[in-house]
Amino acid sequence: MDMQKDTIYLDNGASTKTDKKVLEAMKPYMFETYAVATSDFAYTMGIEAKEALNEAREKIAKELKGGSQEIIFTSCATESNNLALKGVAEKGDGDHIVISKIEDFPVLNTAKTLEKRGFDVTYLDVDEKGFVDIEQLKDSLKDETVLVSIQHGNQEIGTLQDVEKIAKICEEEDVLYHTDATHTFGRLPIDVSKVPMDLVTVSPHTIHGPRGTAALYIREGTPIKKQMDGGFQENNMRAGVENIPGAVGFAEAVDLIDEEENERIRKMRDDLIKGITSDIPDTVLNGPEKERTPQNANITFQYVEGESITLHLDMRGIAVSTGSACFSKSLEASHVILGIGGDHERAHGSVRFTFGRFNNEEQVDKVIKDTSEVIERLREISPLSKKEE
Amino acid sequence: MSMPYNEKVIEYFQNPKNVGEIEDPDGYAKEGSPACGDMVSLYLKVDEDTHEITDIKFMSYGCASNIATGSIITEMAKGKTIEEAKNITWKEAAEELGGLPDLKTHCSVLAVDALREAIRNYEERHGLGQEDRKTTEEVVEERLKHVMNPMKGLDVLKTNIINNIKVDDGHITVEVDLESDHQFASAIKEDIMEKLEPRWDVEEVKVIFVDE
Repeated sequence: MDMQKDTIYLDNGASTKTDKKVLEAMKPYMFETYAVATSDFAYTMGIEAKEALNEAREKIAKELKGGSQEIIFTSCATESNNLALKGVAEKGDGDHIVISKIEDFPVLNTAKTLEKRGFDVTYLDVDEKGFVDIEQLKDSLKDETVLVSIQHGNQEIGTLQDVEKIAKICEEEDVLYHTDATHTFGRLPIDVSKVPMDLVTVSPHTIHGPRGTAALYIREGTPIKKQMDGGFQENNMRAGVENIPGAVGFAEAVDLIDEEENERIRKMRDDLIKGITSDIPDTVLNGPEKERTPQNANITFQYVEGESITLHLDMRGIAVSTGSACFSKSLEASHVILGIGGDHERAHGSVRFTFGRFNNEEQVDKVIKDTSEVIERLREISPLSKKEE
Repeated sequence: MSMPYNEKVIEYFQNPKNVGEIEDPDGYAKEGSPACGDMVSLYLKVDEDTHEITDIKFMSYGCASNIATGSIITEMAKGKTIEEAKNITWKEAAEELGGLPDLKTHCSVLAVDALREAIRNYEERHGLGQEDRKTTEEVVEERLKHVMNPMKGLDVLKTNIINNIKVDDGHITVEVDLESDHQFASAIKEDIMEKLEPRWDVEEVKVIFVDE
C-alpha cells in the first residue's frame, strides 16, 4: 500500500525499518556466499561464510567490549532470554532466581515456566518511576540464588536500571547477572569489560537491523546449559544452521550505530514530550524524565482510551502503541504501568511513542498537533472529562 | 489489507451519533468502570404516555467497538417504546454494524447493557414492569453483577468480594470484603449505591467494609 510511504512510524520499540545498507550487506550471503559455515577443511565458499560469521561476531563483541568467543547468535531476543534463564537455571546448583516485575514477556514468562518446574522466583518491586528496589534485591539474594535477571531499559516506559550497581551487588554475592538490553543496545553504551554483567541479550531489530537474528553475550566460564539441541554450531551452545545473512546484517547495524543519531533521537523525543504535555491538559508522563532510553516517550491521556487514540492516529498515518487492556491480546492492562503503581485507568489511556533513525522534527510537530486534536475529540465524548469540568 | 474493524464500524467510531448528555433525563445508566476499562453513560427521555424513547444520548470512555456500539444502539432505540428497546440484543447491534471482532465483545456488550440499565432505571423510577418486584436478596445480587471489581475487571460477585447481603423492608446492607481505606473502596461503594438506590422500594443502602 502506497500510503505506508508516508506513515510516521513511532513504534520503533516494537521493531524498526531495516536500513538499506543492512540489506545490501546481507545480500551477498544469500546469492553469492550462501554456503553454511563449514570447517576449515571443507570447500572455499563454506570457509568464506565462516569468516563472515566470525567477523560479524567480532564486531558485535567489540561493541559490547567483550570477547568474540563470548557472543552466541540466536534467532531473536526472546530466544536469547530463554537461553540465559533456562540455561543458567539448569546448570546452577540452586533453585532461586530474581527478576523485576516489569521485565518484558520473554524474561517474565520464562521465569514463570521455571517456577512451574519448581524454581522459587522473586519478582522485585519497582517504584513509581520503574526503578528496581535495590534494598529488596540485596535482601532477596540467598545461597540458593543462581541468577538475577534485571533489564537495562524498559520496553514500555523506558526506565533505565542502574545495571552497574546491580551487577556489582551480584558479583559480591557470587550470583550470576543477566540483563535484557534489547531496548538499549546501540542507543546507549554497554561495556561488559567494566560492568560485571555475565549475560546480556542484544538484538539488531530495534536499531534498523534485520529480524530473525539476535545474540546472547555469555561471559567466559559462565555455567550454562545449551537449550537448542542439534549440531555443534555456535561453540556448541546453540544448534541450528547459522543465519549468516542475519549475522552480517546485525554487524552492519552495529557499524551504523551513531552517537549523533542517538542525540538527535533524544532531542525529538524530548520535544515530543514537551509539546504534548504543554499543549494537552491532564497528561501524565510514565517513567522517569531523565533516566530513560533516548527513544522512548510514554504518556497517559486521562479520560480517554488508548485503542481509540491509536486508531485515530493510524487514520492520520501515525503508528504508535498503547498499554490499554482493549489493545492487548490478553485483554490485560500493561503489567508495567500496573507495576509502577498505576491503576487500570492510567494504563487505559497510555500511549507509547518510540523513535528511530528515520523520524524527523517535522514529524514531531505533526504528531503533537494530531495527538492534540485526537485527544480533544475523544474527550468530547468521554463521560469522565465532562465530570471534571 | 484486512483491518479488525469494518468500514461501518470505523465510520461510527469517527462520527458517532447521539453523543452527549441530557439534562434531567427520565432514565440514566453508567456501565463499566473507568478502573477496569471501558465505560459508557446513557441518557433517556421517555414519553410518559406512550413509553416511547423520544431522545437518547451516550458518552463513552472506550475503544472503537464501544463507541460504535453506543452509537448504533442509540440509533436503534430512538423512537421505539421501552418494551421494544429492551429487547434489542447485542447480537442485533453487532449485526447492524456488520460484525465486530470476537475479542471486542466485552467492550461492545457494555453499550447494550447501558441501554437496558437506563430503561430499567426509568422503570424503577416509575414503578413499572418487572420492577414491581420487591427488592429481595436475589434482586440485589442481579444488580451487583453490574458492579465491577476494578482489581479484576469482573463483577464483584464473581470475584468474591461480597461477604453478605441483607434486605429488610427497603433497607439494604451490603458487606464488602475490603478495608475501608482500600484503594478502590470508595469507587466500589459509589457504584453499588448507584445500582441500588434508584429502585422504587429502596429507602436506604448501606455499604459496609470489613473494618466498619
